[in-house]
Amino acid sequence: MMEQVLLAIVLSPLAAAVIAGLFGRVIGRAGAHWITILGVGASFLLSAWVLAGLLGGRLEPYDGAVYTWGISDGVRMEVGFLIDRLSALMMTVVTFVSLMVHVYTVGYMREDPGYQRFFSYISLFTFAMLMLVMANNFLQLFFGWEAVGVVSYLLIGFWFKRPTAIHANLKAFVVNRVGDFGFLLGIAAILSLAGSLDYAEVFASAPSWSRQTVEVLAGRPWDAATLVCVLLFVGAMGKSAQVPLHVWLPDSMEGPTPISALIHAATMVTAGVFMVARMSPLFELSTTALSVVLVIGATTAFFMGLLGLVQNDIKRVVAYSTLSQLGYMMVALGASAYAAGIFHLGTHAFFKALLFLAAGSVIIAMHHEQDIRKMGGLRRYMPVTYWTALIGSLALIGFPGFSGFFSKDAIIEAVHASAIPGARYAYLCVLLGVFVTALYTFRMFFMVFHGKERMDEHTRSHLKESPWVVTLPLVLLAIPSVVAGWMTEQALLFDGYFGSSIHVSESHDVLSTVGEHGTAPSAFLVHGLSGYPFFIAMAGLATAWLLYLRRPDMLPQATARLRGIIRLLANKYYFDDLNEKVIAPGARGLGKGLWKLGDEILIDGLVVNGSARMVGWLAGVVRQVQTGYLYHYAFAMIIGLALMLGWLLMKG
Amino acid sequence: MIGLSHYLTLSGLLFALAVAGIFLNRKNVILLLMCIELMLLAVNFNFVILARFLGDTAGQVFVFFILTVAAAESAIGLAILVVLFRSRRSISVRELDSMKG
Repeated sequence: MMEQVLLAIVLSPLAAAVIAGLFGRVIGRAGAHWITILGVGASFLLSAWVLAGLLGGRLEPYDGAVYTWGISDGVRMEVGFLIDRLSALMMTVVTFVSLMVHVYTVGYMREDPGYQRFFSYISLFTFAMLMLVMANNFLQLFFGWEAVGVVSYLLIGFWFKRPTAIHANLKAFVVNRVGDFGFLLGIAAILSLAGSLDYAEVFASAPSWSRQTVEVLAGRPWDAATLVCVLLFVGAMGKSAQVPLHVWLPDSMEGPTPISALIHAATMVTAGVFMVARMSPLFELSTTALSVVLVIGATTAFFMGLLGLVQNDIKRVVAYSTLSQLGYMMVALGASAYAAGIFHLGTHAFFKALLFLAAGSVIIAMHHEQDIRKMGGLRRYMPVTYWTALIGSLALIGFPGFSGFFSKDAIIEAVHASAIPGARYAYLCVLLGVFVTALYTFRMFFMVFHGKERMDEHTRSHLKESPWVVTLPLVLLAIPSVVAGWMTEQALLFDGYFGSSIHVSESHDVLSTVGEHGTAPSAFLVHGLSGYPFFIAMAGLATAWLLYLRRPDMLPQATARLRGIIRLLANKYYFDDLNEKVIAPGARGLGKGLWKLGDEILIDGLVVNGSARMVGWLAGVVRQVQTGYLYHYAFAMIIGLALMLGWLLMKG
Repeated sequence: MIGLSHYLTLSGLLFALAVAGIFLNRKNVILLLMCIELMLLAVNFNFVILARFLGDTAGQVFVFFILTVAAAESAIGLAILVVLFRSRRSISVRELDSMKG
């Protein structure tokens, strides 16, 4: 029974994607969106049913294989599902956001010639993400991981006639490849240490092999658990866009807005966060690895947030805020507050998808103009978008009561309580990050919806609210953006919702410390109103209000003072320059060197052509012996005869 | 007194002369054939002498066979020579180098 339901959850988006992709011409545009919406909708309903069943105790957690690919040297390669509360929650969030995006796409892509193709891709993407989330072994995890990467490549480059889109999708693919290389090495290390790819078996045997040391570089022994976890985290850095592998995410905004919401806010980039939470039994064995996660996450949370301040493309501002929020999630994981990380993942999925879709709605109204300097005063023309965007923004900055408040506050408190190396730095980063988040969010919000109307006359005359297929998802996403926090906070963080699916060792248990001043939403609210983060966020909001609404004349002065920093930010800390001027040419140079030296000179020159030339030269020498003169042959015969006779006589 | 060793030396000299003729001759294929004939005769000479000294006539019978075969062989050789001359208008050994590599 359970098996059939799980297979239906995974396969219905795949079937819809195949039908919409291969028979798009036959079923037409309406057919394509109906079939994919039905596929993902069925998937969402079944996921919600499974989640409800698990919560109500009607269903038992499921861990089993449905198909065996092959058995090689005792290692089973299987397609299997591990459905516990962690994966069921993820499945529900993923399919819900995906469903909203499907509906929204009907409006957003209405005039696009690649309509059926787009629906096929986003359904396929949902399938890949579900495979990743539901996996019960590393091989399937890796399959989902790569499939998500491939489909994101297709989606970012959806408008394949734009050179910038092609550049962006290539960049996303290549940067992810770097991360995936580490991920693959991590899986290989697990296979060689534990001898199995199955989660349950690996976790069960982890304490026995984790204390081994591995010499990666001769003479430098590494703890096996640290090695495995850091390698796996390199994969998470690629997918979840952590510094320094974050460069692909802002560029990937070249894709259509619905996929920005789907991939780059709610699902694909959370794969890394989910993976680390899933691997909590391994990460708990290595404080070093947790510190790495913590420091990288904190760096991303603060410094990527700063970049959001200087962007003028509405989608890029949201993209940098995604980077920053992913950093928050990683910080939570690094502080061993896995539940808080997943909690923030869930709330963020709602309000970030909401913000992206609201941005998309604005972009539709502005006739695909994305520069916020050319917007302003849209509040009057687009009331639904305005209010939903306001809810999303308040949730993002962690305004008390909204969903983002509970999750972000839990993370900040957890980092505060953590004692592992790097926790103080991380605490500082996340506190400063709160200010930056509020500042860039409301800078964008005020510039888009308030103030002077800076668009041209033609655009202004066409401004109107988007159709219902666009606003309906906005409203449906706004509801959880408000309520998801206080409804689930206590259960997720403190009442052991995740049970055995997340393992936290006792010395790292920061969430119980966080819960000391009360675990109920009301207690959280009271505590939050008196804590630093609230005032810091309010300060950020007030700064944005002052600079962009009340006294715009102060802005030039402020920017003039901070010219050096702004130049640094505008160049994104020179990461792109580093990549394009050092790393990419370096890699190309290395490749060219190997090609010239290794391939052309050594292999082609010496081995392949060299042996042929050697034979030719030898034949040339030997053929000089063949003179064609009878007397030479006769001479050779006589000499040979004499030698043979002599040999016989000597022997005899 | 002329002994066995003198006869054998003579036969060896004849054979060596024939071999030298084959090597040193650069002009005439007919000379080659004659040298081969001479080699056979030197061997025949050996047979006759040894048959005489060992008192075994089988050796002399061999000589007859060899002479017969040699006659046939030189007939064939001369026939080839005639054909060769017809096709190449020359019987010079120096020019017969079409097997040169």
